[in-house]
Amino acid sequence: MTEKPAPHDLEPRPYTLVAELTYRCPLRCPYCSNPTDWARHDDALSTEDWLRIFREAEDLGVVQLNLTGGEPLVRDDLERLVEGARALDLYTNLITSAIPLTRERLAGLAARGLNNVQISIQDVSAPASDRIAGLVSFERKLQAARWVKELGLPLTVNTVLHRDNLDHVAEVIGLAETLSADRLELANTQYLGWALRNRAQLLPTREQLDRAREIARAARKRLQGRMEVLFVTPDYYAQYPKACMDGWGRRFLVVSPDGLVLPCHAAHTLPGLTFDNAKNASLADIWRASPAFNAFRGEAWMPEPCRSCERRTIDFGGCRCQAFHLTGDAAATDPVCTLSSDHHIIEEAIRDAPAPAPAAFEYRAR
Amino acid sequence: MISAGSRPRLAAKARLRWDRKGERHMLLYPERGLVLNATAADVVQLCTGELTVEAIVEKLAEKYPTQPREDLEREILTFLGRLAERGLVSDGGD
Repeated sequence: MTEKPAPHDLEPRPYTLVAELTYRCPLRCPYCSNPTDWARHDDALSTEDWLRIFREAEDLGVVQLNLTGGEPLVRDDLERLVEGARALDLYTNLITSAIPLTRERLAGLAARGLNNVQISIQDVSAPASDRIAGLVSFERKLQAARWVKELGLPLTVNTVLHRDNLDHVAEVIGLAETLSADRLELANTQYLGWALRNRAQLLPTREQLDRAREIARAARKRLQGRMEVLFVTPDYYAQYPKACMDGWGRRFLVVSPDGLVLPCHAAHTLPGLTFDNAKNASLADIWRASPAFNAFRGEAWMPEPCRSCERRTIDFGGCRCQAFHLTGDAAATDPVCTLSSDHHIIEEAIRDAPAPAPAAFEYRAR
Repeated sequence: MISAGSRPRLAAKARLRWDRKGERHMLLYPERGLVLNATAADVVQLCTGELTVEAIVEKLAEKYPTQPREDLEREILTFLGRLAERGLVSDGGD
């Protein structure tokens, strides 16, 4: 009897479709992963467009569907999209702020075959959480999380970590336990887009990080089999970069609200790449043949030290967006790598981050 | 803890599906998936919370008569133990 973590095969095959149904959102988190020019991207895809995208994605091998945004609940066709995903036997995960949610709507989504609900919680107290969200929202999120469990749905709690809440990790874990979460994602901020603009206010210290990691490690052990505890290290404090998206164009398909088919949610911020629109081409053609999807596949594009590095098949050179936004070259080694000649950029950012103290954010624009 | 008398039940978050591309079963859960071999998928399909592990062993012994029963039981218990560690099955008799 064997069970191997999927994906374990070598060929590019998308397992997950990240459907960014809209960039609209009631929250204004200063680390939002949507593009800083999000308002320029319309919700241009119809219900039928999305259902076709789901079918084409499933045909390519996708088994997981993340319905996300922005806030996916602002679309009033979400019920039909969940139904369509269910008919394709996709594992459907709703990634939500929970703000426009009612118990009735959640029950309807559950009845249509929704598999999991992921709710973001910004911190462990209402004032702190609401301050990050830019909206009075904490108590409503907790209420929605209780509905999820009452309706028999699995619950994921996601908390993005940064300087102001990293010291609350034990309380975040406690809160997730109280809510009977099935999975807790403690995800340190990735410094792109809005988060890069707010980096000096968000970047934690190494001591904060080390303490939080220890707490998460102990909780993972204690809660094994009851609640999955995931701790995503901030790569600024790592020795090597992450295998961003499990490698460019290998496992993930992202479709933006305006229909762009992307290897990651920030790829359209890279210059010099033209991304095709799902309205004009099939996902299969885009996945296999588009120059943008092939731009950073394999190893031919890699510079040194990646090209001869034994980790090139582990981290695939790291994050292309981070490389571009920090060095100006999307094909550079991810500067978070200690072997990168640009690593001083990271060291300087850490050195220049002011000491922990409540900071003024540049909130995501409405 | 899964033992011979447990009645393993698949967790609400886990779903078994046939993967046409790879011609194999996958056990899906949030953000993750496991690729199962045929016997592992047989076991998962029987994790309804009604059958005991012993009864599951019985059913698989019928399906795979060349496999020694003791081996089968040991394999099923360790496999279910690994799934329980991931929170994918629990003892329905709890």
